[in-house]
Amino acid sequence: MFVNFFLELRQAKVPVSIKEYLALMEAMDKGVADYSVDDFYYLSRSVLVKDERNLDKFDRVFGHIFKGLEAPAGEGTTAEIPEEWLRKLAEKLLTEEEKKQIEALGGWEKLMETLKKRLEEQQKRHQGGSKWIGTAGTSPFGAYGYNPEGVRIGQDKNREGRAVKVWDKREYKNLDDTVEIGTRNIKIALRRLRKFAREGAEVELDMPDTIRSTARNAGYLDIKMIPERRNKVKLLLLFDIGGSMDAHIRVCEELFSAARTEFKHLEFFYFHNCLYEKLWKDNRRRHVDTFSTAQLLHTYPPDYKVIFVGDASMSPYEIAYPGGSVEHWNEEAGQVWMQRMADTYRSMVWLNPVPERHWSYTPSIQLLQQLTSSRMFPLTLGGLDSAMRELNK
Amino acid sequence: MKFTGTDSYVASDDLRVAVNAAISLQRPLLIKGEPGTGKTVLAHEVSKAIGAPLIEWHIKSTTKAQQGLYEYDAVSRLRDSQLGDERVKDIKNYIKRGKLWDAFTSAERPVLLIDEIDKADIEFPNDLLLELDRMEFYVYETQEVVKAAQRPVVMITSNNEKELPDAFLRRCFFHYIRFPDREIMTQIVDVHFPGLQRNLLREALNIFYDIREVPGLKKKPSTSELLDWLKLLMVEDMSPESLRSKDSKQLIPPLHGALLKNEQDVHLFERLAFMARREQRQ
Repeated sequence: MFVNFFLELRQAKVPVSIKEYLALMEAMDKGVADYSVDDFYYLSRSVLVKDERNLDKFDRVFGHIFKGLEAPAGEGTTAEIPEEWLRKLAEKLLTEEEKKQIEALGGWEKLMETLKKRLEEQQKRHQGGSKWIGTAGTSPFGAYGYNPEGVRIGQDKNREGRAVKVWDKREYKNLDDTVEIGTRNIKIALRRLRKFAREGAEVELDMPDTIRSTARNAGYLDIKMIPERRNKVKLLLLFDIGGSMDAHIRVCEELFSAARTEFKHLEFFYFHNCLYEKLWKDNRRRHVDTFSTAQLLHTYPPDYKVIFVGDASMSPYEIAYPGGSVEHWNEEAGQVWMQRMADTYRSMVWLNPVPERHWSYTPSIQLLQQLTSSRMFPLTLGGLDSAMRELNK
Repeated sequence: MKFTGTDSYVASDDLRVAVNAAISLQRPLLIKGEPGTGKTVLAHEVSKAIGAPLIEWHIKSTTKAQQGLYEYDAVSRLRDSQLGDERVKDIKNYIKRGKLWDAFTSAERPVLLIDEIDKADIEFPNDLLLELDRMEFYVYETQEVVKAAQRPVVMITSNNEKELPDAFLRRCFFHYIRFPDREIMTQIVDVHFPGLQRNLLREALNIFYDIREVPGLKKKPSTSELLDWLKLLMVEDMSPESLRSKDSKQLIPPLHGALLKNEQDVHLFERLAFMARREQRQ
């Protein structure tokens, strides 16, 4: 039984290994689980699952394997009914007349009594009919049939009283990693962009140099210190904001927060649709507090790496012609500014949240592809990875 | 040595089983969960409950695995050699014991807390694999093996800032502290504030769980924030009625500073209150 459980967990892509299986056996041997199903569930969960994202998968497998194993509750609202009797089949519709007949069978206590008797009599799996326990019948016992006094057995929902099993609750549903995408993956992708260098205050002992200079000093101690290794990559993030970018706001936020914790030297600015002569840092004060792009080019030295984030979807006029901007009159065309950026910053990429297969249908995307010399990457983990490689060149 | 929770810590069934499994099978227990659900406190309580000394090792971004074992202080030995100090002759004088060494050689079986393991570098857990598995390590300088007389109860907490390597996870038991539901939360509050008025608690919990439900919060308030807030409510002597006044003018709960730790979240609430007020006028 446990081997099946183990194999099915592996099939459900819960990463369990023999080591964990043996640990579970050992724990069972030492009596940690106290012979109760709930404790066994908690124990096996703690031994076999190592990541909260797999808890839901585990619950599903556990529910499947150990179906019908829960202990009968005091009132006997759930009996140990073999699972195969209760296989889910179509619900049966009854006539009004039949419904009345079933109601006539008696009250709650009578029902429980009859259930006990029926269980003793019954030997085989049963389906349909109006006496035996099974599925889709009109007997008061079993599931998916119709009987107003019926006892529900073996269903996930509407269980009576305290018979609800913990693993049927599936409390960990939203921790499944197919549902939630965190910033961690992005951080790991950004980690590619690391260039360590020793700069700043000297805080670490430089062993080789100390030995060398001590020897040179005729054995008289001469301690040498060096600065700590730090990531010295400097990053300039430019976000397209508003308009068509609203649909991608979440993925941009994730990228931003991941980048913020990963890099010490990080500057960010916003623009709208295409880069023109003005940028801003606070979107609410975009018309008041602006930062001129010319100043940006002078302020941040060429060793900064530049990442544009935008969907690059607009009218080609907004890029190619002076006065093309939808918001204001721009003296110089967007492409002039893009060209200046490309000339100043050797490492420059454009991340585009629009799926790559749609790029060829939008002329403005192709235009910006040219302006960034084909350094546009989709804003996915894979695209981010290639973008970081490009920046590292 | 069975852990069943303490007077000051409410442990759910699953947590109890996980802790007991880790104690009796002598494996490290990895604890994850939202911040403020009592991960670190658990180690303190386990050590109290089973009467074992607690050894804490707090991990920082610069912590190296080696520091947990021992450190060889070469600089002071060099210095002493210049001064002709007698201690120089014995290298043992310059080996500083780390927390793991302390735990391995402790007279009683201790509880070792490795707090916030995810803060360290990505390689950190890998460097501790053998040490946690066999509970022994080798000291190169003195060529001796430090071996645990009794395997310590190891508790490791993580805030999920970094993914831990598989090989490391395989050696641990794992427990994810789920955010407590109302019932458990009431017990937890009872443990901390035994004399709290029933209806004040009920209203406070209503507000608290409502806040957690608000979509788009940057930082959801957690157990420790709730406890702080309740303490404030008691100090300020708030009445249950003042909490109940659910009219939209007062959508932001009183003394919200203890619950909302982020100015964006406070803004979000103000905006919601404003919208609710506008709806009412229409």
